[in-house]
Amino acid sequence: MGFPATHLSLVRRAGSGDTATRTGAEEALAAVYWVPIYAHVRLTHRQEPADAEDLTQGFFADALRRGLFARYDPERARFRTYVRRCVDSYVANALQAERRLKRGGAAAFVPIEVAEIEGRLTNEPDADAAFQREWVRSVLTAAVRQLRERYRDSGRVVQLTLFERYDLADSDEARPTYAELATEHDIRVTQVTNWLAAARRDFRAIVLDTVRDLSGSDDEFRADVRDLLGVEPR
Amino acid sequence: MSSISDAALARLRALVDQPAEHPRYEIGELIGEGGMGSVYLAHDLELDREVALKVLREPTATADERERILREARILASLEHPGIVPVHDVGTLPDGRLFYVMKRVRGERFDDFVRGPRSRTELLRAFLQVCDAVAFAHAAGVIHRDLKPQNVMLGAFGEVLVLDWGVAKTSRQPSRSASDATAGTAAGTPGYMAPEQMNGEADERADVYGLGGVLFFLLMREHPSAARETASQWASNASIPPAALRAICERARAGDPAARYQSAASVASDVANYLDALPVAAHTEGIVERTKRIAVRHRTAILLVLAYLVMRVALLVFTRN
Repeated sequence: MGFPATHLSLVRRAGSGDTATRTGAEEALAAVYWVPIYAHVRLTHRQEPADAEDLTQGFFADALRRGLFARYDPERARFRTYVRRCVDSYVANALQAERRLKRGGAAAFVPIEVAEIEGRLTNEPDADAAFQREWVRSVLTAAVRQLRERYRDSGRVVQLTLFERYDLADSDEARPTYAELATEHDIRVTQVTNWLAAARRDFRAIVLDTVRDLSGSDDEFRADVRDLLGVEPR
Repeated sequence: MSSISDAALARLRALVDQPAEHPRYEIGELIGEGGMGSVYLAHDLELDREVALKVLREPTATADERERILREARILASLEHPGIVPVHDVGTLPDGRLFYVMKRVRGERFDDFVRGPRSRTELLRAFLQVCDAVAFAHAAGVIHRDLKPQNVMLGAFGEVLVLDWGVAKTSRQPSRSASDATAGTAAGTPGYMAPEQMNGEADERADVYGLGGVLFFLLMREHPSAARETASQWASNASIPPAALRAICERARAGDPAARYQSAASVASDVANYLDALPVAAHTEGIVERTKRIAVRHRTAILLVLAYLVMRVALLVFTRN
C-alpha cells in the first residue's frame, strides 16, 4: 500500500516534458485544489468572494503559464504547503500591483459553485482548518466522480445507485435502510450488503490512488492519508 | 458535480478508514482506538462467536508499524495467563492491513470500576490480580510499559485482564529499537510512565512505577501527576489513605528505579500484607500505629479475651454479693 517507486504521481507528471501529459496533470491538480485555494484566499488574505474567485482563477492561469507545479521539489516541503506558498506570493504581487487577472483567459478549470463554498466558509475563523477540510472534500469528490465513471462504464448502475443513496446521503435522516433499498431495486437484502461492500472497497482503493496521485513522495502520501482520515500522528 | 455534504464527508472518511471485509470475520463496530491500532467488535463466522479484532489504524502503514502489531500479537500469544487476553488468530485483510484476533472482553474498565461504589479492600484485591499478571509477564521477559487504569479490564466474574500490550518490549529487544512502538518519542502515558522511560530505558521497574500509578488512582480516584508532586496530591484529597498504603504507593513511584520495589511481586506482597494487617516493607510504624494494626490483626482473639474477662468480673461480683 506504499508509494511505488515507479509510480508517477500527478505532481510529478505536472513536470513532464510531454505537453499532453503535463496539461492533463495540471488540470487534475487544479480540479482538486481550486476550492481549498479559494478558501485560503478568502480567509487568509481576507478577500471578498468575487475578488477571491478572480485571484484563484488568476493563480491557476499564472501557475500553468509559469509551470509552477513542475518546479515543486518533494524534498523541501509537502505539495500542499508549496502550493499555498505560491498562492501567497501570487496574491501579494497581484494586490500590490492592483491588478486582477482576467479570469485566466478563456479557461475555467472547474465548475465553480462559489455560493455553496461561501456557505461553508461562513463563521470559519481558521484558514488552515478550512483549507484542510476543503482539500479532503475535493479529494473525496474526485474519488466519487471516478467511481461513478467506472461503474457507469461497466454497467453497474444499481450498485452505484445503492452507494449514492446510502453513503452519499446528505444527512443520516435521508438514508434509506438496506431493506428499503432492497425493495426499491427488487433485490435481496444480502445483495444490498454485498454490493455496498464491493462499492466501498472500490471507493476506498480509488481514494488511496487519488491521494497517491497528489503526493510527491511516500512520506507525503502517508501524511496526506493521515490528514484525510483525521488521524493524529503519534 | 456539486461537492459532497458535511454528513457524507464524515461518512466517506469513516468508510476509507473501515477495514475491508474478511471471509472469516464479520467486522462490526469500533470499540477502541490506540496509538497504532483500532479494535473492532467482530463475529468469527467459523466458530460462531464474538471476538475483538485489532487492525492497523492506517491503510498506509510502514513496515515498522506492521512489525509492531505483529510483535504485539506474538507477545500476547506467548503469555498464557488468566490476567492476559488470549490471541486467537493473526492475518492480513484484503486491503493489506495486518490484524490479530483476540478474546472479546466484556466488563468494566478499571478507571470506571474504581469510580463505582467499591470498598478499598475490593479494589486492592483487584489490584493484586493486576500485579500478578504483570509479574507473570516479567517472568516471561515482557515489560508492558504502559500500565494505567484504562488498560485494565474487570470481567463480569471478577477476573482482571491487563490489556494493550502495543508498546510492550521483550528482554530480547534493545531498549530503543527501530521498531519501538513510539520510535523517536518515549513510550507510555504521562503520570504512569517512569522517568527513565523518557530516555527510552525501561526494565521491570518501569512497570513497578506504572503499578504505583494505578495504585495511586485506586486510592485517590484521580490520575497521578509527576512523582515529586505525590505528597501535595495526598494532602489535597478529602480522605487521605492510610500511611502504609501511601508509603507503598510512594515507594513504587520513586523517581530512582533503585529506590523502588524491584519487582511487581514485591509490590503485591506489601499490598497483601497491608490487607492482612501485617507490617509492610515500605513503611516504618510508630508505636500507636503498630498497636492499632496488631489490634486489628488479632481483633477476634482480643474480643474473646475481653469477653472472658468481662464474664470473670461479672461472676466475681455476683459471687461476692
